[in-house]
Parts: sequence; C-alpha cells; structure tokens
Amino acid sequence: MTYILVLEQILNGLQLGVMLFLMAAGLTLVFGVMGLINLAHGSLYMVGAFAAAAVAGWTGSFLLALIASLAAAAAAGALMELVVIRRLYRRDHLDQVLATFALILIFSEGTRWLFGSFPLFLDVPAYLSGPVSLPGGIEYPLYRLTIILIGLAIAAGLFLLIAKTRIGIQIRAGEADREMIAALGVDISKLYTLVFALGAALAGLAGALVGAIQSVQVGMGEPVLILAFVVIVIGGIGSIKGALAGALLVGLTDTLGGVFLPQLFALFMEPASAASAGASLASMLIYILMAAILLVRPSGLYGGSA
Amino acid sequence: MKSIRKLAMAAAIPALAAAGATGALADTKIGMITTLSGGGAGLGVDVRDGFMLAIEQDGREGVEVVIEDDQRKPDIAVQIADRMIQSEKVDIMTGIIWSNLAMAVIPAATAQGVFYLSPNAGPSALAGKRCHENYFNVAWQNDNLHEAAGAYANDAGLKNSFILAPNYPAGQDALTGYKRMYKGELAGEIYTKLGQTDYAAEIAQIRASGADSVYFFLPGGMGISFLKQYAGSGVDLPVVGPAFSFDQGILQAVGDAALGVKNTSQWSKDLDNEANVEFVAAFQEKYGRLPSLYASQGFDTANLILSALDKAEVSDQDAFRAALKEADFASVRGDFKFGDNHHPVQNIYVREVIKEGDVYTNKIVATGLENHADAYAAECKM
Repeated sequence: MTYILVLEQILNGLQLGVMLFLMAAGLTLVFGVMGLINLAHGSLYMVGAFAAAAVAGWTGSFLLALIASLAAAAAAGALMELVVIRRLYRRDHLDQVLATFALILIFSEGTRWLFGSFPLFLDVPAYLSGPVSLPGGIEYPLYRLTIILIGLAIAAGLFLLIAKTRIGIQIRAGEADREMIAALGVDISKLYTLVFALGAALAGLAGALVGAIQSVQVGMGEPVLILAFVVIVIGGIGSIKGALAGALLVGLTDTLGGVFLPQLFALFMEPASAASAGASLASMLIYILMAAILLVRPSGLYGGSA
Repeated sequence: MKSIRKLAMAAAIPALAAAGATGALADTKIGMITTLSGGGAGLGVDVRDGFMLAIEQDGREGVEVVIEDDQRKPDIAVQIADRMIQSEKVDIMTGIIWSNLAMAVIPAATAQGVFYLSPNAGPSALAGKRCHENYFNVAWQNDNLHEAAGAYANDAGLKNSFILAPNYPAGQDALTGYKRMYKGELAGEIYTKLGQTDYAAEIAQIRASGADSVYFFLPGGMGISFLKQYAGSGVDLPVVGPAFSFDQGILQAVGDAALGVKNTSQWSKDLDNEANVEFVAAFQEKYGRLPSLYASQGFDTANLILSALDKAEVSDQDAFRAALKEADFASVRGDFKFGDNHHPVQNIYVREVIKEGDVYTNKIVATGLENHADAYAAECKM
C-alpha cells in the first residue's frame, strides 16, 4: 500500500463527497425551509441524467447537456412543487412520504416509458477524458478532478447566495419563522417554488455529471438519495454548511473504509473471508458514523437546538 | 348464518375441484418472475423477450405465461412466487436472473411440487448438495463461464490477475470458478457491493497492485459503469470477463472501450447452426435489436418446455421430468444435454468484441472448454 494509493483514494472520497453535497444541498434546504421530506429528490437526479443523455445524443455537446440537465431538473422540480408538493406543507410527514414516494414511482415509470429499460449512454467529452498527472506522481482521471472543482465552486456559490443576497436572507428567515416573513410581505409561495427548483437543479446537475461515468438508468437516484439523507442527518437539517461537512465525511468514510477495511481484516483472516467480511462492514460504516455522531450531537454537526 | 356459509362452501368445493381438474388437463400455466425495472432490467427484458418469441413462434393453445417484475429484490420475488404457486396454481416457474433471488425462491418452489427451469441464475448450492429433481438449469452453473475464462487466461499467458465481482452468490461462484482453472498468481481479489456504480476506489487499487490483467464479473449496469471508468482512468491492463460483462446490452453503452476484449460464453450470435441463425433473424425482426446471451437462454428455456410438453402432461410429473431431462429440442447453442444434476453439459467459447458497421458485438475466436460439466455434480444426490 503506497501513499499514492492513499492520496488517490482521498481524491475519490472527495469526489463522492461533492456529488453527495449537490444532492444533499437541495434536500436540506427543502427540509429546512419548508419542513418537507422529499423522497422524490432522487427522481430529479435521474431526470437531470436522462435530459443530459438525450441532449448529448442530439447535439453531441457535453456543455449543452449539462445546461439541459439543470433546466430539465429545475422545470421538473418547479412543476412538482406547483402541482403536488404545495398541498403537502401543512400535512404531517407520513403524508409527505407517501405522496413523494408515489412521485418516485411516477417518475420512474414515466422515464421507462419515454426512454426504455436499457441504460442510456452519456460519454465524457474528449477534452475531459483520460488521466492527468498531479504533483507527487498521481495519475487521476481529469473528469473526476473536474467534478471535484465544479462541486466546490457550487458550494462556494451557495454560501454566497445564502449569506449575501436578498434571496438568501429570505431563505434563512423562512427557516427561522415562516409566518413572520409572510407577514412582512415576502411572497412565500414564490420563494418556496424557487428554493425547490434550485435544489432540483443541483440534483439534476449531479445526475448528469455522474451519469457520464456511470450508466444512465431508471432508478439510479434511489441509492444516492439514501446516502443524501444520511448526509443531512449528520450535517444537521437545514444547514448548507452541515451538508458540505456531512457529504465530505460520508464520501471519505465510504471510500476509504471500502478500500482499507478488507486489507485490515486480511492481516488476521484468510483473503476470501477478509474480502467479504471487510466489504460487509465497510457498507455499514457510514451508518455507524451517523449513529456515533448523533450520540454526541443529537441534532447533527451544524443543526440548531431542535 | 352458519348454515348458509356451510352451504356456500359445500357448493364451492366441487366447483373448485372441477376447475382444478380441467386446468390440469387442458392448460399449462407458466409463471415467470424476472427483473423488469431498475439497474438489472435489461437482463430480465431480454430473457422475457427471448422466451416469448419461442412461445409465439410455437403458437400452440393451452400454454399461458404469467409475467411479474421482481425489481431485483428477494423479498418481492418470494411474495410473487407464493402468489403464483398458491393462488394462480402455476405448473412451471422460470425467469429469475439473480442468484440471491434464485436462492430465496427456487428451493421453496420445488418443495411445493412446481417445476423450476432457470434461464440464468445457477448458484452452486443448487447444483450440488441442494439439487432437486424438479429443478433444471437451462443456462449454466454459475462457475462455468468463469472457469472457461480462467482456462483462457492460462492460454493467453496471464500470470498475475486482479479479480473482482459483486458480493452475492453468483459473484462468489464467479471468482471461485475463475480460480479453479487459473494457474497464475492473484494480484488482488475484491468483492464489491451488488448494484454499485462507482468503481474509482477499486480502479485505484488495480493501478497500485502491479497486476498484468484484470478479470471482472459485473453484469448489467455495473459493467457499464466499471468499463467507462476504467477506460478513463489511464490504467491500460488487458481485461478479461465472462459474457455477462460484455453482453449485447452493455456493449453499445461502453463503446470503443470494449473493442478487442476477450470474453467467455456458451452462446454467441455467430454460432453456426440452423436454430441459431433463425433465432437471431427472428429476434432482430421482432424487437429491432440484436439478441444477447440472456435472450438466447430465455429462448432455449421456452423451447425446452415446449419439447417436453409434446411428450408428456405436466400433471404426470415423472413423465414430464423425464421429457425435460432428454432435452429433445433444437438449442441455439447447438448440442445441448443435461448432466445428472440437471445442469447443462456444453461447450464454452472464447469471444472477442468487434464492431460491425455501427454496432458493437461479439465473434467467436476459440472454444474454451468442450463438453464442460460443473464441479458440483458429484455432490448432488437425486
């Protein structure tokens, strides 16, 4: 085991982390501002990936595909909010879970109906493919490096948006006291639609970015959604800072655990059983992490005193 | 009140018995549980389409097929199986793609007197100690294709393979099968999560391992993700895989990255026999795409059932079982016969990925193992 391997795995963990951040940011905003559990967030991720694959197929341009993923997911998100979600804010969480679960099924079947059951392909553009040499002799895929940079740039942009702009102030105020900002003359329903569409666009972008290195297929959002929920619970619900910290923590734990636990087990077990025992424990690791953090900080790393 | 209910029951019982009797005489009901949604859907769709093509070509009356989607979830597969056996009274079941689902459904189904013909999954446990007289595998025992790949790796002079597969019964069988034949060293051995889509961590380990080749078993969407990421990583070790890692559904999504790769299969679209030529043409005409090995397995499974129905009624279990065992049908694989544990004894070929016009596909370059039977047959006491 060399330090190059360790560094490369840390980069992989970061890359998973920023992807999870893009998913978790929308989820945590929607939960924090509107108090809504949106299980269909993973469907928006899938919508973004499919839109990107379709547009890349027509035009051959990866940049246009990314723009399409943002637009399609934002549109789907806004539509979802206007037609269904809007009716759920006052209902309890069980109703929200039921309704958004139904949305998952509708989106999945609708996508299958439009695009079929076979995975689509979305290729990494030639100018981003292949490895780059980083200082220290690490060969790392350029595309994954680009994902890390895009993710960090978006994180910085979100912080500025929340901290410095008028919309950001309204969002924070909405989290703190919904009735009060409505009374102050902010159009709360427009604000909700906007926040929802913003979160959806980020999820769609994540889907498109990941779709280029994985397969674009129906149901691709659900595994990521589960991780994103873990992230926002660890980070503290409603906190963008918490979402970033939680996402990086989960990304690094999942990646490094998956690689090094089997090797650790191999020190005192035979290879085959070490591989399967290590892999099993590694897949539990993020949940163990979540439980440990919740023991110490019951409302998450950056959660308010809920 | 009580007497009315009794009366109703008394009337219902003979009616039910009559329905059961005519059902057994006239109709054969086949229950297909397969994966039609999620990441593994391409495989189930191909098995279903191949199977239904054979049923339609045959066109006989009195064969009914009920198809349900298991979503690649064992609990859902078990529920569907219970419903099919208990309330829909199917005679024959088939369709399951994934070995973990197969282990959850097949032993219970055969114990309830239903025939099960597997068009894909062939877990080692069901070929050996837990074999059953009503269970037939029409595809392969899980290890088979991987054994052929191990033998091929020796021929190709590979001495230090890095091997990986998902952590589920077929994945364990895969690596066991490869190691059974492969004589070189192992640079590493990894089990990944079933359904995993990001292989960055595994690829980094491959890069650091000093291997001379990579052997991987990742069916469906998993293989697409792995190959695309592998191509982008700058690791350029030769890869070898079973046909599942390079089947017709995967190749188009992977593209150039797969060209020239060697893989092992019991079937290929260029196998030169009459049944296969007709099958490939008919499949393309009906569905507008090339068949995969999964489609060929579905097609063979349906034709095997039809050939046995020609000789015996399902209700006469002993006669029907004997008819299945004879395997008297024109397999698209050419010669086909069952071993004593009801698993195939067949040739396994080495194929190479090529491009025909715009379409990526496979062609046979060698025969990997001839008349190959599985390693577990001796443990089966039937």
